[in-house]
Amino acid sequence: MLELIAVLGFPLAGAAVLALVGHRDEAPAVNVAASLATFVAAAALTVRVVVDGPILTLGKVFFVDSFNVFLVALTAFVGFTTSIFSRPYMRIEKERGHVDAARLRLYHAMYQMFNFTMLLALLTNNLGILWVALEAATLTTVLLVSLYRTPASLEAAWKYFILCGVGIAQALFGTILLFFAAEKLLGAGGGALLWTELDAVKSQLEPNVLAIAFVFLLVGYGTKVGLVPLHNWLPDAHAEGPTPVSAVLSGLLLNVALYAVIRCKVLVDGAIPTAFAKNLMMGFGLVSVVVAAFLLSRQKDIKRLFAYSSIEHMGIITFAFGMGGPVANFAGLLHMTVHSLTKSAIFFAVGHATQKCGTQLMDGIRGMITQSPLIGWGLMIGTLAILGMPPFGVFASEFLILTTAMRAEPWATPFLLVALGVAFASVFSKVQPMAFGEPSAARLPHRPAMIPVFVHLAIVLMLGLWIPPALVVWYRQAAQLIG
Amino acid sequence: MNALPIYAQLINLFAAFLLLLAFAMLAQRRVLSLIDLFAAQGLALAASTAVVAYGTGQTHLYWSAGLTFALKVFLLPWILYRLIRKLDVKWDVEGLINVPTTMLIGIVLVVFAFNLAVPISELASTVTRATLGIAMACVMLSFLMMITRRKAIPQVIGFLSMENGLFFAATSATYGMPMVVELGIALDVLVGVLILGVFFFQIREQFDSLDLRHLEKLKEGE
Repeated sequence: MLELIAVLGFPLAGAAVLALVGHRDEAPAVNVAASLATFVAAAALTVRVVVDGPILTLGKVFFVDSFNVFLVALTAFVGFTTSIFSRPYMRIEKERGHVDAARLRLYHAMYQMFNFTMLLALLTNNLGILWVALEAATLTTVLLVSLYRTPASLEAAWKYFILCGVGIAQALFGTILLFFAAEKLLGAGGGALLWTELDAVKSQLEPNVLAIAFVFLLVGYGTKVGLVPLHNWLPDAHAEGPTPVSAVLSGLLLNVALYAVIRCKVLVDGAIPTAFAKNLMMGFGLVSVVVAAFLLSRQKDIKRLFAYSSIEHMGIITFAFGMGGPVANFAGLLHMTVHSLTKSAIFFAVGHATQKCGTQLMDGIRGMITQSPLIGWGLMIGTLAILGMPPFGVFASEFLILTTAMRAEPWATPFLLVALGVAFASVFSKVQPMAFGEPSAARLPHRPAMIPVFVHLAIVLMLGLWIPPALVVWYRQAAQLIG
Repeated sequence: MNALPIYAQLINLFAAFLLLLAFAMLAQRRVLSLIDLFAAQGLALAASTAVVAYGTGQTHLYWSAGLTFALKVFLLPWILYRLIRKLDVKWDVEGLINVPTTMLIGIVLVVFAFNLAVPISELASTVTRATLGIAMACVMLSFLMMITRRKAIPQVIGFLSMENGLFFAATSATYGMPMVVELGIALDVLVGVLILGVFFFQIREQFDSLDLRHLEKLKEGE
């Protein structure tokens, strides 16, 4: 209870403070402090839930079980490490004249606000508030994506706003339909939007209405997950915003949007005896994996490259949760974790690499390892990890997903294998000269923050070699909740 | 049909207004008139919500109606008017497809929406269930408007009008969402419009116009 208030309170207070002092020199430190406090609170909440079981509190508005507390911990952790990375990164941007003091204030306040909306979306039990929080997350990130005020960033932010706005309007309609179906069983009070109440009566919900509702919810939240063909905003928003924002978009926002889809899928699965939701999710997931993998080879901008890679991985995760069952869900949760950690680590390295070379075009980035071994190796190892090379955690989760697919959905395996192969070839061939090749870079005015990169990669490596038993139990519980 | 109580007939009347206004917005080329139409739609929405509240005794719907009235009839149109005055843009709006074609597509969408709504409205126990099809049609027409418009402000009005349709769906199918959710949605809409207002200035500063054709530089796969 206290932990829960702290998890939501720290980022909100941080946003308020930074809205006042975000332009000062100590603002990045305040940002780090607020994120650290959030992370500590999230860790405490996690311990509480693991020890005491699910928490339902504050008039049933907040609900924490093993499934969402794992995402809360992940979100707070990546939020914290990204704030460490953002400190030198934004200082360099300021010295280069890309942002001024007023923009930095907006940036810092919105960064905390974004964390708040993510955590609110994860912790709330009310599907309506979940929607409101995700829409608010869109609004804060629109401001973050357009931070540089360049024509390209304005275009990216506009596209993001309109596409995600329309998408999330579909999700609102889905939520209304869900409420409509539940209201007959639970009465017109506030209870009919509470997930726990819905979960209790899910087998009696009207299947036809839920089927239509799920289509709207999947399309709506799926837009934010970046599922093909609703993914158009994602590469632009990743490429044109500041790099810390790309890191949290890929590492956190996509996960939280997928979390919303999964919560709804649990309800729909309970109401509809057929594999309707399952097939839809597998279809969307598979299409995303294949399309994104083939688009990877056409990218010239390094941030767009890794944005497409995020679409590919979200596709894999959606597919895994679509298949369902204890093993696939377990693998999906593991993949969510390792993708978030690896992708944000890559974006940290990419951020400093682009600052060093003064361009985001991959042709202009060469020989990072000779120039700056830490950035170069960070980029190289991160890339190998995200491409699913053993012994990293991504390999473990992808292996689990593939073997489950071979058993449960054999038709899908060739598509997955081809897509993973194509993705490997195109990403590796592009990153290899950037890491090795002939150097062409300038010195950075501030020491780059490379600790977060290697901390993330070390965790991913560890998860590939050995998953702590406590974590296994925790994932199993969460996987069971998803069904 | 004669057996319908008077308030149910009123709701159907307002629903018809809503649909009519959605079509009018689709055809309206002038941006200032578009805002007036949006305000009128907000008024019809608020009135129908109030009538539902009266007819069914759901008192929280009065709050919802008041909120809609304040936000969609006064606040949002006022913000949009101010924006237009400050940006000094009173041009004619040009549609992407010509108006008759757009209207025909609109009619097809309405038929589709009514068909989609049939299985849901059959299950509804509310007196207002017949209007669910209209709500869906409004959402789709607004969507069509967003697709066909190339200027920033009409696109945003289309977006807001879609929100209107969704609110109408919520009241007509379920007697409204819980209050806390409605407040949250209203807040999101308001903040969204304010952010977009700031955006318009920046877009115009960068491109010297609010024509969204300038915003098509970022392409897939490049």
